[in-house]
Amino acid sequence: MGLFDGDIMKYEDWNKISRIASRKSLWMVHFCTGCGAIELPPVMTSRYDMERFGMGPMATPRQADVLLITGYLTVKTLKRVVNVYEQMQSPKYVISFGSCPINGGMYWDSYNTVKRLDRYLPVDVYVGGCMPRPEGVMNAFLELMKLIDEGKARGWEKYQKYYEQYKRNQKMAFNFEREKDEGA
Amino acid sequence: MVVEKIAVIALYTTIAMFVGILFMGVGRKIVARVHNRVGPPVYQGFIDIAKLLTKKTNISHGWIYDLALLFSMTGIMLTILFLPIGGVKLLSMEGDAFLVLYLLAIPALGFALGAGASGNPNAAIGVMRALVMMLSYELPFVITLIALMIYYDTSSIAQIVEMQHAKWAIMIPPFVLAAAVADMALQGMLMEAPFDIPTAPHEIASGPMAEFGGKHLGALMIYKAGTIVAYTTLFVDLFLGGGVVMHDGSVLAYLANFAVWFILIFLVFTLSLLINTSFPRFRIEQAFKFYWKYEALLAFISLIWVYLMVIS
Ligand code: SF4
Repeated sequence: MGLFDGDIMKYEDWNKISRIASRKSLWMVHFCTGCGAIELPPVMTSRYDMERFGMGPMATPRQADVLLITGYLTVKTLKRVVNVYEQMQSPKYVISFGSCPINGGMYWDSYNTVKRLDRYLPVDVYVGGCMPRPEGVMNAFLELMKLIDEGKARGWEKYQKYYEQYKRNQKMAFNFEREKDEGA
Repeated sequence: MVVEKIAVIALYTTIAMFVGILFMGVGRKIVARVHNRVGPPVYQGFIDIAKLLTKKTNISHGWIYDLALLFSMTGIMLTILFLPIGGVKLLSMEGDAFLVLYLLAIPALGFALGAGASGNPNAAIGVMRALVMMLSYELPFVITLIALMIYYDTSSIAQIVEMQHAKWAIMIPPFVLAAAVADMALQGMLMEAPFDIPTAPHEIASGPMAEFGGKHLGALMIYKAGTIVAYTTLFVDLFLGGGVVMHDGSVLAYLANFAVWFILIFLVFTLSLLINTSFPRFRIEQAFKFYWKYEALLAFISLIWVYLMVIS
């Protein structure tokens, strides 16, 4: 970052430019975990058209900025989601859909879903509902843009800072599954 | 003199890149309107590139991966310098039509090198498809180019442009056919549907670009912008007289030619986008067959027609 350490441009100004640009061009990964994926086509197509805000689906995690967790997460999917999240380039954001990733929702006593997503990944915006309507999803996107603009969407920094704790939680979930498999 | 020349060259390539980035945004807007959507603002391309270049982390897959981008970028810039823009020729010599054909292969090879270095299997499939595509569209395109060279009796693009002052090539009957063939070849060069086989996002996760992220993807988008300008300018130079409408060498003529060039490449690009939005994707062997069977046949007919016109 040497160039922008105050010689040419203040680091804060540089950050601000970065935030303005990334707010207006959020690319999301095509990775759908649960029921919520069905609410995305109306959001993308002509009715709600999220490309108005420069948002769009991207094919691979390397290219993307936003990870959408669209509904319940089984432990097996969690492994993949963590992989996808770690491949994305920061600044990166997570939006979680529906009540399942918040507190388990209707799967609260299920044997193979995780109940609270933010124990495993830093979530920036939650959308409530089972399922949230497209209006709700749009609202969440606008909310995320507002948070980015104010510099409050700092989930990725949190993940770097508390990496050990997140890893420990993830490992606990994975181990739990392995023991269950071996016991059966 | 040398400093001036370098400054002019830098100015031209920068303008070309800016026009290309603008076209990417305009293109998305046009596609959105076809889908009956509002679409992003026309300056979206600039925002996207700014975002990608200001990303905080970046992953490299070794020095080949880094240098390959520079390699493609250099190739596309050189191509732009050899194409007259609005009748202004920066570099030109006898036989540069052949040189441009070679130069056009450099960016694709650089791209293939970078994608290969990333080691992603999807990228490998994408590169394979891109090379097969190159092989397929170049045959009909070269035949139309030979027809032009026979008719104008020169192998320099700048001279082909100059000789079209009185009458654009597309107004001569055999070249209507040739222009149609070249336009479909252009579709393949720009990787727009039905020939977006190498970068099909839903089949092979955007192919060669699968592992590109952050600043590398930003550089790749600038390269893509350059290709849009280079290929459309090539078409305009060959068939639409390079957009030259006034040739008295005054400042006004310079500006007018530049404006007409801009409008013409925009029209060519829009046409390719409209074809893109209305067709699904070919499979690679279908695309190959399309180019080598039908397109090449049409190109041959126009070549023979031109030959008969010239000798009679
Ligand atoms: S919140 Fe409801 S709709 Fe969403 S994943 Fe859970 S059960 Fe499905």
